Amino acid sequence: MISMIQRHIDTDILIIGGGTAGCFAAITLGKEKEIRVLLAEKANIRRSGCLAAGVNALNAYITKGKTPQDYVDYARRDAAGIVREDLLFSMAERLNHAAEELERLGVVILKDKQGEYVARGDRNIKINGENIKPVLARAAAEQENVTVLNHVNITDYLVKDNRIYGACGFDVREEVFYEICAGAVICATGGAAGLYRPGHAGFSRHKMWYPPFNTGAGYAMGIRAGAEMTTFEMRFIALRCKDTIAPTGTIAQGAGARQINAYGEEYEEKYGLTTSQRVYGTVRENKEGRGPCYLKTKGIAEKQEQDLYKAYLNMAPSQYVRWVESGKGPAQENVEIEGTEPYIVGGHTASGYWVDGDRQTTIRGLFAAGDVAGGCPQKYVTGALAEGEIAAEAAYRYIKAEEKSKEISAGAAYPYSKAEGESKETSAADKKAEYEAYLSGEEALFTADDLEEAMQETMDRYAGGIGSGYGYRESGLKTAAEKIASIEKLSQKLHAADMDDLLRIYELKERLTVCQAVIAHLSARKETRWRGFGENLDYPQEDAAWEKYVNSRMENGTIRVFERELVKGGAAYEHTH
Amino acid sequence: MSIRIETDRCSGCGRCCEVCPGNLIRRSADGKADIRRRQDCWGCTSCLKECKTGAILFYLGADIGGRGSVLSVSQKGDIKIWSVTDPGGNVQKIAVNSKESNQY
Repeated sequence: MISMIQRHIDTDILIIGGGTAGCFAAITLGKEKEIRVLLAEKANIRRSGCLAAGVNALNAYITKGKTPQDYVDYARRDAAGIVREDLLFSMAERLNHAAEELERLGVVILKDKQGEYVARGDRNIKINGENIKPVLARAAAEQENVTVLNHVNITDYLVKDNRIYGACGFDVREEVFYEICAGAVICATGGAAGLYRPGHAGFSRHKMWYPPFNTGAGYAMGIRAGAEMTTFEMRFIALRCKDTIAPTGTIAQGAGARQINAYGEEYEEKYGLTTSQRVYGTVRENKEGRGPCYLKTKGIAEKQEQDLYKAYLNMAPSQYVRWVESGKGPAQENVEIEGTEPYIVGGHTASGYWVDGDRQTTIRGLFAAGDVAGGCPQKYVTGALAEGEIAAEAAYRYIKAEEKSKEISAGAAYPYSKAEGESKETSAADKKAEYEAYLSGEEALFTADDLEEAMQETMDRYAGGIGSGYGYRESGLKTAAEKIASIEKLSQKLHAADMDDLLRIYELKERLTVCQAVIAHLSARKETRWRGFGENLDYPQEDAAWEKYVNSRMENGTIRVFERELVKGGAAYEHTH
Repeated sequence: MSIRIETDRCSGCGRCCEVCPGNLIRRSADGKADIRRRQDCWGCTSCLKECKTGAILFYLGADIGGRGSVLSVSQKGDIKIWSVTDPGGNVQKIAVNSKESNQY
């Protein structure tokens, strides 16, 4: 039997996940010198998360003449009404501040002669974002009161009486178990990729839109701990350059290229211009035999082509390789486009934790920011930064209020003791034993890879993946639920030869938990609201009766789904713990 | 979609192992970098940018139309020079200034 080394850390605020939102939460808390902050990241914050390769525009910015309310209105329309306007507004108010902070930290933003940011469309500004992640990571690590714990994978929260007191996980390289006790926790782990069979399931299976290493850890931890979740039925499907899955917006908006079908007909206007309608148009054209579809770039000027090359090297280098090695750049050949497999990602759609204005979840002391926080789509980079900041400020206020009530001081030797914590559901000792059981024992019949493939096939076939044209039915979802439950059982019997294997096992387990929630939510919403992101074939029309949230909570291992009324403009939602 | 590590050029500094967002690169017994699961690479090229000896090459899988060309990058001050070398040895270079914003 393997016995892991045990490390215990006490901190005032634990941030889980050092991507866009997590790094900015750490930077924000750097101002509060008297508290200790620990940032735990399963890779290395230098290039982890969505911004690893870079990004070439800030897509959430209030341009001249526009207001935060305009942004809220845009996001609400794009999500067909299923948003939290209170959350969108508090995010939108901070978007420009977030952009200015990025510039202050060292990200290059294009300015005109008057020193104003140059807009690309209504809500975007142009940047050089190749080094955006190293810039954010450096600033986070430079904060005196912030400790960065790289290469530690957090798998579970420590919760007692619906109040969080820490989290536990393991080193991804050495047999070390971590128990971290904290006064407050900010979850910033990102969304979930790899739930569905990807467009290319073989060698290039990880050539996907979203980081394949974002495996839904934050969602899964919250679901297992009984946190309320929202809108997991609103999946995100990206419209991308075929094969390389590189962004299309840069070509469409930057170079003014239109979407055309095989006959050269522009089809966008036919289907509508929301994010999901754009995907739907392309899917439909293909289905009706008018594909393949393209972005019409043929004939663009050489200078434009060179600028596109540079833009793609700063965010999606594979597309550059594609252009060069085929011998045909975008000026010679239109760029073929396709829809990706579905993802769950609260930065683009509204899936995630059900939070209050402070981004506090329904578990006291647990805050959520970025792709894990629900109700607030269209975040992009600046929105994730804004939420990291909101959550950080609120977590700080929370621990201060707790100190006052408990008469403890921040920085004290052991303010958040596990002695008052240990509960049956989330005991650190049980978790350590669980990791050790995977590391010990015999080689299993299946590997994590085998089960990942089974999960992706199931979701693709029965829960509306690419293979089923994003359509699903009640009967198929039932099959999906049964199959996922059986794969979940098999996942308990896997064997890890080393810590790398253990990481893959936990990534699989996270995805399986998220799949359960997705299936339950898809089945609950008896209408089709975001055609393109998914079609409920039993209920193919939009239905005004479903202008409400579908929320859920795991109770005794089962996901219970319920509805909530919309929080509209001017109203705010607060928890009644 | 993946990377190839040229072991004769690898200095064993470990920077790529540290930075890979997928924890995919480890040092093998001889101290050189080794990618464990080639098919799990996302293609972010973080490791190429970290490598001081140009030992890491990036390529597209044949399943997504890769034709055997490899991408590498070197840096001089603010300028990144990206090179694509095709199977015949022909090289195409492009310089990108990290102080200049994208035009799109």
